[in-house]
Amino acid sequence: MNASDPPERDPRPALIEVEDLWKVYSLEDVEVQALRGVSTRIAASEFAAIMGASGSGKSTFMNLVGCLDSPTRGSVRLRGRDVSQLTSDERAEIRNREIGFVFQNYNLIPRMTAQENVELPLSYADVGLREQKERASRALEAIGLADRRGHQPAQLSGGQQQRVAIARSLVNHPSLILADEPTGNLDSRTGAEIMETFQRLHEDEGVAIVLVTHEEGVARFAGRVIQFRDGSIVGDLPQGQGAAAPETRENSV
Amino acid sequence: MKLLRLSILAALRALRRHVLRSALTMLGISIGVAAVITMVGIGQGAGQSLRDQIRGLGRNLLVIAPGAATSSGVRSGSGSVRTLTTADADAIARETSAVVDVTYVRRGVVQVVNGSRNWSTFLQGTTPRFEQVMNSPVSEGVFFTERDARVGARVVILGRTVVDQLFGVGADPIGAVVRIHEVPFRVVGVLRAKGQTVWGQDRDDLMLVPFSTAERRVLGNPFPGRVDQVLVSAASASDVVLASEQIDALLRERHRISPEGDADFTVRTLEALIKTARETTSVMTAVLISISSISLLVGGIGIMNILLVSVTERTREIGIRMAVGAKRRHILMQFLVEAIVLSVIGGLAGVSIGLAATRTISYLAGWPMLTPFLAVGGAVLFSAAVGVFFGFYPARRAAALDPISALRFE
Repeated sequence: MNASDPPERDPRPALIEVEDLWKVYSLEDVEVQALRGVSTRIAASEFAAIMGASGSGKSTFMNLVGCLDSPTRGSVRLRGRDVSQLTSDERAEIRNREIGFVFQNYNLIPRMTAQENVELPLSYADVGLREQKERASRALEAIGLADRRGHQPAQLSGGQQQRVAIARSLVNHPSLILADEPTGNLDSRTGAEIMETFQRLHEDEGVAIVLVTHEEGVARFAGRVIQFRDGSIVGDLPQGQGAAAPETRENSV
Repeated sequence: MKLLRLSILAALRALRRHVLRSALTMLGISIGVAAVITMVGIGQGAGQSLRDQIRGLGRNLLVIAPGAATSSGVRSGSGSVRTLTTADADAIARETSAVVDVTYVRRGVVQVVNGSRNWSTFLQGTTPRFEQVMNSPVSEGVFFTERDARVGARVVILGRTVVDQLFGVGADPIGAVVRIHEVPFRVVGVLRAKGQTVWGQDRDDLMLVPFSTAERRVLGNPFPGRVDQVLVSAASASDVVLASEQIDALLRERHRISPEGDADFTVRTLEALIKTARETTSVMTAVLISISSISLLVGGIGIMNILLVSVTERTREIGIRMAVGAKRRHILMQFLVEAIVLSVIGGLAGVSIGLAATRTISYLAGWPMLTPFLAVGGAVLFSAAVGVFFGFYPARRAAALDPISALRFE
């Protein structure tokens, strides 16, 4: 298998185009090559899973695609715009508008209610206070937690917290959701519920999802599985089972 | 504006999260601000009280005393010749435009007797104008009149201390007869008590009698009409200097002294005294303020300390905020506003404590109650500045965090 080749030409517009991406950390005298020339392409409204052992470079890849970090070499294009050499403020703006993050440990701010947590991205966007509240309420309704909007994270179960985090990731209508082991802290039944939520959002909102996991069962929800090892992509397969989004199904044919 | 409002809301929420810690941090600022305000208040109160006492000596007062005589090159002290007369005083009243009121006194120390009690005090022979010029109204009875002065009536006005000594504390002596050098005098009034001067002189230990009575019956008159002092009220504070010049010119003319010659009288004003008092109190106030400012500085360092702890504690929160789109300036603003909110709330609390303390101290010391508005405004502004100054470093540290490591921070 030709590891770093992008999959055959996808007719859909590209959301993410990664080309020859390198990330090298210098730890004292040792150079660690976290990413070694990764190239790939993820289409708009695609649902992709990234798998790989820890240290395989998948988290570094996510940080670069998520505009949390800048690459050492190579480029990341988000909707055609090269985001690899932006200032930290420009990256903050892209994270705010284009990307929603879902983390393994939920990363909600304690002592803030579910509603306030979901409003957070909007408070850094150019959105009026009333609209903030309305959109956050709608996002909470969409994931079925409207009745918990006044609760603080500590008063919610893990699954509920992760759903609040998903609502937060969606509230500013991003084009991409990056989920880093979103089910890692959950039991399998709750994990499956979370994945169903993702799948439903993917279908209803048409948002692209890139999800890091090491569970085969979780990866099965995605339409495509990208394998990382030692900083390179070693596998990239479309897969059909459980991928319910029409585009994804089409892709898997 | 929205950013500011959000930052203030976030700051209040963060402060509420650690009520005790926030309160203790604010306490540092409160104590500093309270100390500064109290010290300014004390300084102003003491200064005002001192100036009031000096002003209480008389309204826009000028004191003219007979000058030193030069006899064969030996200059005697002030008042050693009898050159100043009632006629000089009348001329001043008549001919100088900047003067509104004139009186004059002759003094002597006399023994005054009431039955078995006696007391040695200053007797001042003067005119009814003394009441206005020296700002010395009677609190009981009446002042003697022009008619009393003309006929040399044997009437006396006692100072409070003299009343206390001759009649007992709080007694009413009006109408009683006291003897001065075996001459009976009827008490017609009691001067309003003035208390002590700041330099410890009892301003109530004196008696007033009409000038002519003093001259004829008590102190004697080797040179009729000579006075120990002419006391003059200028029309206003700004006229004091002009009055002094006019009096100087007039008396030189009357005494036939050329403008270059040594005058045989001196004209003194209270301005020099007031100036000294003002300088003294402002030095004192400055010292007190600099000492109390140190506590404000310590309070500021307390804020910085707490914010540094807070930034470390909330590293993850900062990472989350950055991940969802907070820019560096948002984070900077959040912590800066937190510092300012802390210090301003602390500052306002300090203002109330300081004002209460100032009032209590003024009340206990019998000083005029002054609200040091400038100090209040200054303290609030200064505490906000303390917040900005000491909040900036922690806030910048927060804003400089790397989002990835902040998110991973445990």
